[in-house]
Amino acid sequence: MAIRVQLSPRQAEARAEYESFTREAVVPYADAWDREERIPEAFFKDFAARGYLGAAVPPEYGGGGLDAVTFGLLNEELGRGCSSVRSLVTVHGMASYAVARWGTRGQRESWLPRLATGEAIGAFALTEPGAGSDVKALAATARRTGDGYRLDGEKRWTTFGQRADVYLLFARLDGRETAFLVPRDAPGLTVRPVTGILGTRASMLAELSLDDCRVAEDALLGRPGFGLAAVAATALELGRYSVAWGCVGLAQACLDASLAYAERRETFGVRLRDHQLVQRMIADMATGTAAARLLCQQAGWLRQARSTESLHATWLAKYHASTTAFRSASDAVQVHGAHGCGGEYPVQRYLRDAKVMEIIEGSTELQQATIAESAYHARPQTTVPTGGPTA
Amino acid sequence: MTTADHKPQILAFLAQFFGEHRLAEDEDIFATGFVNSLFVMQLVLFVEGEFGITVEDEDLEIGNFNTVLALDALVTRKRAVGAADRSA
Ligand SMILES: Cc1cc2nc3c(=O)[nH]c(=O)nc-3n(C[C@H](O)[C@H](O)[C@H](O)COP(=O)(O)OP(=O)(O)OC[C@H]3O[C@@H](n4cnc5c(N)ncnc54)[C@H](O)[C@@H]3O)c2cc1C
Repeated sequence: MAIRVQLSPRQAEARAEYESFTREAVVPYADAWDREERIPEAFFKDFAARGYLGAAVPPEYGGGGLDAVTFGLLNEELGRGCSSVRSLVTVHGMASYAVARWGTRGQRESWLPRLATGEAIGAFALTEPGAGSDVKALAATARRTGDGYRLDGEKRWTTFGQRADVYLLFARLDGRETAFLVPRDAPGLTVRPVTGILGTRASMLAELSLDDCRVAEDALLGRPGFGLAAVAATALELGRYSVAWGCVGLAQACLDASLAYAERRETFGVRLRDHQLVQRMIADMATGTAAARLLCQQAGWLRQARSTESLHATWLAKYHASTTAFRSASDAVQVHGAHGCGGEYPVQRYLRDAKVMEIIEGSTELQQATIAESAYHARPQTTVPTGGPTA
Repeated sequence: MTTADHKPQILAFLAQFFGEHRLAEDEDIFATGFVNSLFVMQLVLFVEGEFGITVEDEDLEIGNFNTVLALDALVTRKRAVGAADRSA
């Protein structure tokens, strides 16, 4: 049983519900969904009916309006079962949250009730062939017309792009970074499925082409010039937070699988769990997972308090949790030996999924650069001599 | 209360991003090169938390955020609207 600190009784109850849902409705199917590279429609319906898609939608629009820690727990438990399902909560949550935060009253009333019930699925379309980490290289364009906007450009790696009904999409309007809500049926939008991806294989990725794509006036979200700095940043903050918690679940799954296997498997007349070098891997998984969970909880408390510190705390959490998940998954495969490489055990899926976590929502290297820069900001401004060479 | 000077708190918050650099009240924050991609979100969270206002989509104009004077004016305006709403 994982150590948890300071969950309220309601949060503990919610966690138990998410855990049992994941155990019954996700874990038994996750490997098949990974192989089939899709999540079946029946699951979307069941998931939506339980209100999980409304997690990031405020209650006044029919959503769950979960507090930050409870939202995190949902991501952790789903992440334990299937990172693709957790990705659904992530990207759908990002679109929902951006509309709730920056939408006009009309946009909120039009989209949020549908996003809350899952009648509409949302996705996040920022990345382009020439713009990944370097989001400022955004090249898709928008121009004003008499009755709305025309969009041109290419989007890549859109999670659940195959299934989405609306895309939170970014383009340059008169050169300025701008967010749009592009409905799936917008004329001029083509959605192509992406298959054969390394990890989160069931996350139904798509590429989008916008060819003189027509959207109405009310597709503009926020204000021109604030598409990245406010709208995408808000969405990515939630996304990063969601992925961080998902990685805690993924690392926990690696630990659980390794404990079970090392208990059963014998080599040289003893169980694997009795070999000290195997114990080292298990100890690192257990410690790394517990530390990641605490960093996520800290980020959650700060998010709840709407503290300016929450952004930095979320970067720490995502960086630590994603690197821990990858290391844990690599060790989990190692503990399983050849069996870990086959399809019989989920650990090879965990490893593939964990690699993705180090790339999305700010790659490991970008996290490192940002965290190091913030460490300088956080440094006390004193003039204590530090010794060493001086200029 | 709504005409209070918010500049000292705003300057104190911004100081953490600017190291040794002394920010002038009318200096363009975004032109200084000191701020990163998280800055706008931090600024929004700060003014909301510190002054009890809500930054809405129509407030997203660079002219509301680019100097200490502009931020002070934004806060004053939002607090006046908030106070009027509460007394209505
Ligand atoms: C499974 C999956 C799902 C995704 N889902 C979405 C989605 O839903 N929506 C969306 O918009 N995008 C999505 N993405 C795209 C993802 O956000 C980008 O892959 C990510 O931003 C990195 O961009 P890139 O792949 O172009 O890599 P690049 O930016 O080309 O980077 C390549 C490598 O160089 C490193 N690097 C780059 N710049 C620096 C630097 N300054 N210093 C040090 N190292 C650097 C990076 O860390 C990385 O290791 C998804 C990607 C994957 C794999």
